[in-house]
Amino acid sequence: MKKYTFSEKKDTRSGFGAGMAELGKTHPNVMALCADLVASLKLDPFIKENPERFVQCGISEANMIGVAAGLAIAGYVPYATTFANFGSGRVYDQIRQSVAYSGSNVKIAVSHAGLTLGEDGATHQILEDLAMMRAMPEMTVINPCDYNQTKAATIALADHVGPAYLRFGRPVVPVFTDPNQEFVIGKAWVVNEGKDVSIFATGHLVWESILAGEILEKEGIDAEIINIHTIKPLDEAAILASVAKTGCAVTAEEHQLNGGLGDAVCQLLSRNKPAPVEMVGVNNSFGESGTPAQLMEKYGLNAAAIVEKVKAVLKRK
Amino acid sequence: MKLEQLEATVAQVRRDIVRMVHGCQSGHPGGSLGCADLVTALYFHEMKMDESRGADGYLNFSREGRGEDLFFLSNGHISPLFYSVLARRGYFDIKEMATFRKINSRLQGHPATHEHLPGIRIASGSLGQGLSVAAGAAHAKKLRGEDTTVFVLMGDGEQQEGQIWEAAQFAPHYKLDNLIAIVDWNKQQIDGPTDKVMDNRDIKAKYEAFGWVTVDLADGNNMQQVLDAIAAAKALKGKGQPIVILMKSEMGAGVDFMMHTHKWHGTAPNDEQLATALAQLPETLGDY
Repeated sequence: MKKYTFSEKKDTRSGFGAGMAELGKTHPNVMALCADLVASLKLDPFIKENPERFVQCGISEANMIGVAAGLAIAGYVPYATTFANFGSGRVYDQIRQSVAYSGSNVKIAVSHAGLTLGEDGATHQILEDLAMMRAMPEMTVINPCDYNQTKAATIALADHVGPAYLRFGRPVVPVFTDPNQEFVIGKAWVVNEGKDVSIFATGHLVWESILAGEILEKEGIDAEIINIHTIKPLDEAAILASVAKTGCAVTAEEHQLNGGLGDAVCQLLSRNKPAPVEMVGVNNSFGESGTPAQLMEKYGLNAAAIVEKVKAVLKRK
Repeated sequence: MKLEQLEATVAQVRRDIVRMVHGCQSGHPGGSLGCADLVTALYFHEMKMDESRGADGYLNFSREGRGEDLFFLSNGHISPLFYSVLARRGYFDIKEMATFRKINSRLQGHPATHEHLPGIRIASGSLGQGLSVAAGAAHAKKLRGEDTTVFVLMGDGEQQEGQIWEAAQFAPHYKLDNLIAIVDWNKQQIDGPTDKVMDNRDIKAKYEAFGWVTVDLADGNNMQQVLDAIAAAKALKGKGQPIVILMKSEMGAGVDFMMHTHKWHGTAPNDEQLATALAQLPETLGDY
């Protein structure tokens, strides 16, 4: 098992803020929009340096998506930001018609996705957004795993022409990816090569998968861990190649089992190379209030849950 | 373009609308006819557009429209009007109108960019979104320092959508005084008279309360009045407020049996009704 360490924990949303600050310097057409959550989205550095390229929209998310589409038509590259709940389900039709169907070059960049939003509870803990955005034609869907990857993804999207949904989170988590990584949209990252089982993980579950891999190694199980940061387009070649080697897979995501990464992997495998799959995710339920760690344990989204699913899938090989 | 020419053009546009809807037995003739004068006036008289043409002889179109006036159709169901005006203005072959709402057409039921029909900048049809898009484009043009105008047409039934009022508070906040919205105040919607379906009350007072400056257009089916209202709206540009023209119009205008009712909001005429309608609409420019 390749060794991963971290010297600090940071929130992925701060990676987004750092990416935006960078884009403010390098990309004069990049704009930021926000629906009354500037501090939560870590946009202050961008706004301070580029006040004319920031559009405060107030608590009007539907209008924000439309304004972003209008800015995109006129040649800007707008990042429309809010919490993931308000940037997906609340404005699905606006994204569908004014952004995706219209081919508007709008980046929907959303924080506080999933259970790890924590204490605010289920009203804010969107666990269906990847499913919604995956289903939408022509949408690119990205869910990075740590501060550095989120920053890199934010920057990469500015030069990617087309609608995109960039999802990140609230809590501080280990920073373990390369600060100078090249982020290639749609290209999976092999975190660890192994031969017994493929673990496909996204977002906050990537670090948990590394912890799971270390536990499994002690028990003689050699896990291949692949970070699927781009849910759509899916890196089909990487997934198929890995399962061709290992013969089984576990998926891990901070999302409903319905419609997320797990479903995407199952669909791919069932069409091309049927193999046993176990899925780590939220099983058809809403979340609740609690600390992120408590919630991830209660809803089975941590290293222990991944280890358990690996053992289950190995029995089915 | 002179008044007589505009009136001749709009007569042909009305023929196109009725023939298109008849041709596929589907679509929305009522609002299309009611807004025909306004949209014709914008494209043939008012809007600053790129007049250059490509090798195919049609107008060049860039979705961005840098340096051009922009028009957004928010009530996308009146697509037959939009397509007729775009074709007659020179964006594409008028013969293409025969493909309206048919398989493999660029003239989708509701306007779309997806098939790359020149002249369309945003998909519309799901109501309530166009004012936001227009506001975004107007904001962009102000940032660029352009001396251009962004127009957006909405329905009055559409004013029941909440997003309209999100956009209505946004535009004055950002002083989008290069934005001219038009509300087609025909007081009809698909389920009946607007005051019966969901009373809009005083749309003018609402916009004023939100910080807009308003222009009344008493008869949106009188070309001279339409031109006067647009001129009045343009004179209000650059004064720190967005402008809205409240256009009283008649759904079905130009075809007697389609007027004074909501029945023709989304109904196609049969062969006999088509003949009756066309007898009232002179063929001025040649049918497609």
